[in-house]
Amino acid sequence: MHDFLQQYVLNYLDSKGLTPGGAGNIFWATVYILLVFGGLSVAVIAMNWLERKILAHMQVRLGPMRVGPHGLLQPIADALKLLLKEDIIPAEADKIIFWIAPFIVVLAAFTVFVVVPFGPTHAITDMNIGILFMLGVSSLSVLGIVTAGWASNSHYPLIGALRSSAQMVSYEVAMGLAVVSVIMMTSLGSIATGLYGAGNIGSQASGTLSMIGIVQAQQEQGVWFVFKFFPLGLIGFAMFAIAMVAETNRAPFDLPEAESELTAGFHTEYSGFRWSLFFLAEYSAMIAVSSIAVTLWLGGWLRPFPGIHGPSIAIPHIWPPADPTAPTGALDFVFALFPGIAFLLLGAMCFYNVRRMPKHPLFKIQTVGLAGFGAVLGLIGLIMFIPPVRDRVGDIFWFAAKVAAFMYLYIWYRGTFPRYRFDQLMKVGWKVLLPMGLALLVLTAVFAMHGELWAQFTGAGHP
Amino acid sequence: MIPSVTNPPVATAFFFYLLAATMIIGGILVITRKNAIHSAMALITALLAQAGLYLMLYAPFVAGVQIILYAGGIMVLFLFVIMLINIERTVKERQFNKQWLVGIAAAAALGGLFIAVYTTATKGKALFPEGSMTYGEGDNTQRIALLLFDSHAGQYMFAFEIASLLLLVAIIGAVVMAKKRI
Amino acid sequence: METMLHITTLHYLVLGAALFLLGVIGVLTRRNVVIVLMSIELILNAVNLNLVAFSRYWQGIHGPSALHGQVFAIFVITDAAAEAAVGLGILIAFFRNKETVNVDEVNLLKW
Repeated sequence: MHDFLQQYVLNYLDSKGLTPGGAGNIFWATVYILLVFGGLSVAVIAMNWLERKILAHMQVRLGPMRVGPHGLLQPIADALKLLLKEDIIPAEADKIIFWIAPFIVVLAAFTVFVVVPFGPTHAITDMNIGILFMLGVSSLSVLGIVTAGWASNSHYPLIGALRSSAQMVSYEVAMGLAVVSVIMMTSLGSIATGLYGAGNIGSQASGTLSMIGIVQAQQEQGVWFVFKFFPLGLIGFAMFAIAMVAETNRAPFDLPEAESELTAGFHTEYSGFRWSLFFLAEYSAMIAVSSIAVTLWLGGWLRPFPGIHGPSIAIPHIWPPADPTAPTGALDFVFALFPGIAFLLLGAMCFYNVRRMPKHPLFKIQTVGLAGFGAVLGLIGLIMFIPPVRDRVGDIFWFAAKVAAFMYLYIWYRGTFPRYRFDQLMKVGWKVLLPMGLALLVLTAVFAMHGELWAQFTGAGHP
Repeated sequence: MIPSVTNPPVATAFFFYLLAATMIIGGILVITRKNAIHSAMALITALLAQAGLYLMLYAPFVAGVQIILYAGGIMVLFLFVIMLINIERTVKERQFNKQWLVGIAAAAALGGLFIAVYTTATKGKALFPEGSMTYGEGDNTQRIALLLFDSHAGQYMFAFEIASLLLLVAIIGAVVMAKKRI
Repeated sequence: METMLHITTLHYLVLGAALFLLGVIGVLTRRNVVIVLMSIELILNAVNLNLVAFSRYWQGIHGPSALHGQVFAIFVITDAAAEAAVGLGILIAFFRNKETVNVDEVNLLKW
């Protein structure tokens, strides 16, 4: 039985290069869905803790320190409190709509993760319309916010909901334009063999909307799209980075839900578990749009400098990896060691803080807890050095590291920038980002297609 | 080249009946609810189920357009307008207009026509002989783009431009109609 | 049972006809203008379902690029968006004058 299970898992992992959805494999698709769901929940919990600690340190204070060692168990305490709170529904509120609204927002925030690519085959499925699906489903959360504001039957939530939905709709336009300019860049590369990912019409070159295809285009062209056609990729990336902060109602664009302005906006009247659903959806949406930015501009699961490989080296039993098509350069080997080193560094930080703990008998539990946490991180780091694990998990590590960098940027923006007034917010969305997006689109098209345009003008025939 | 469908569809009948039931129930709720917001929510559910049906018909691009435009755009517009013109007394008034009997009779006649066509024509199952449903959806977007934009194989470029003109006219029209002072 | 389990084009057409019927009932019997407009959207969706079902059938006969039905469906969705926007604009203009959303009371041109 044990051997059979092991053989089944290894057979799947070594099988053809398709995602479970692409292969029609229900069992593995379900496993991936559960993994993504679990990972997302852990990420949201970690974000809660990280946000409070990082904001606190930016404001020269300490943040939660009491609940676990350095406040590590604070999110669990928060979750318990929210679950046990009284569920209040306003008197004249429409009960059905009040009940449905958080679920719409959570549905929209979680369904986008079906197409997010953690690796070349590590996505739940790879749709032909990947990026279109992600943008479309994340725009469904506007519906949830509008109905939440309406169903609360109170004017603060209504104004907050209307402002929030107007802001989200405006910045979706800017996001869409930035995305289109990247999709145009995916159509370069191997003109002869056509395209990548899900979609290929024989020898005719065209771009692709599939998420895995976009990262494979970056791998083929050997450059992250943020550095392509410098500075056009960078401007597109900056546009999307600004628009995505506004899209998720985060600082500095968080007027609709700021406490000093509108007493928490559209989720004012929600308490306890319902509020935690909104909270969960907000952080999931942040991670989702960060995944879009990472996939489109920062090369998804590719390591930095994907086109430079260095000389081929061979270390017995450690390098090259078992997959014969994988690159075997020296630089690949160096970057393959990063996951393990990163986790070992985190473990080392934990042990350093163990030494700095106060030496009082009441702190014994916390000290032991922190040492245990550090030991777990160190163990994960050591596991990351084992060659089979290293080859398979390396992609997921790079993707997660880039998304984590984006989360840190989100928290940094919240701690640094003052809030935009609502009319300034709308002005930036329509009068600054939209013209910039259109100009970026035209320029990218000229740069990307100049070869074809030239051929058409000089009558060199259909390429 | 895209080969024939490499992976056969999974549990087609179950998903078809599930999505069809969702659409029918959503449609019935749309036409029978007193509260316009409840109708709008039911219509959103029906539209999302329709997107699922498009995915089953191997039309992912149309499904994506349905989710973005219909469920995420048109329904938000409907919700805003419903909130704008919401009158409390409409919920307590009569819901069906004076000629509802004639309306039901006309709809029944139409339904009878449908039933007559679909049952008599399928005797012998000659209506739509099953072709070889072998093409997957891996390059659906690219093929639609070929039909729309290609200079040799595309037929719908003119319609595309007219559609953009139509949208421009609709934007200007809606803004002018809804303004307080022109 | 075999007819029920093997989903063919006909199943989609029957579903489209049923939705069309529901939309027609909604248009003909409801008093609230917004719900009439939503029933019209239901009708357009039924039409789209028919178009895409036929496109799949046509694709089986004429090759993988015969996606005319899907292109038609995309144009219908675009049209529905434009029509919903203008219709709701008219509704708002009317509501501002008459303070009512009942089709029975849209009778300014009655003699």
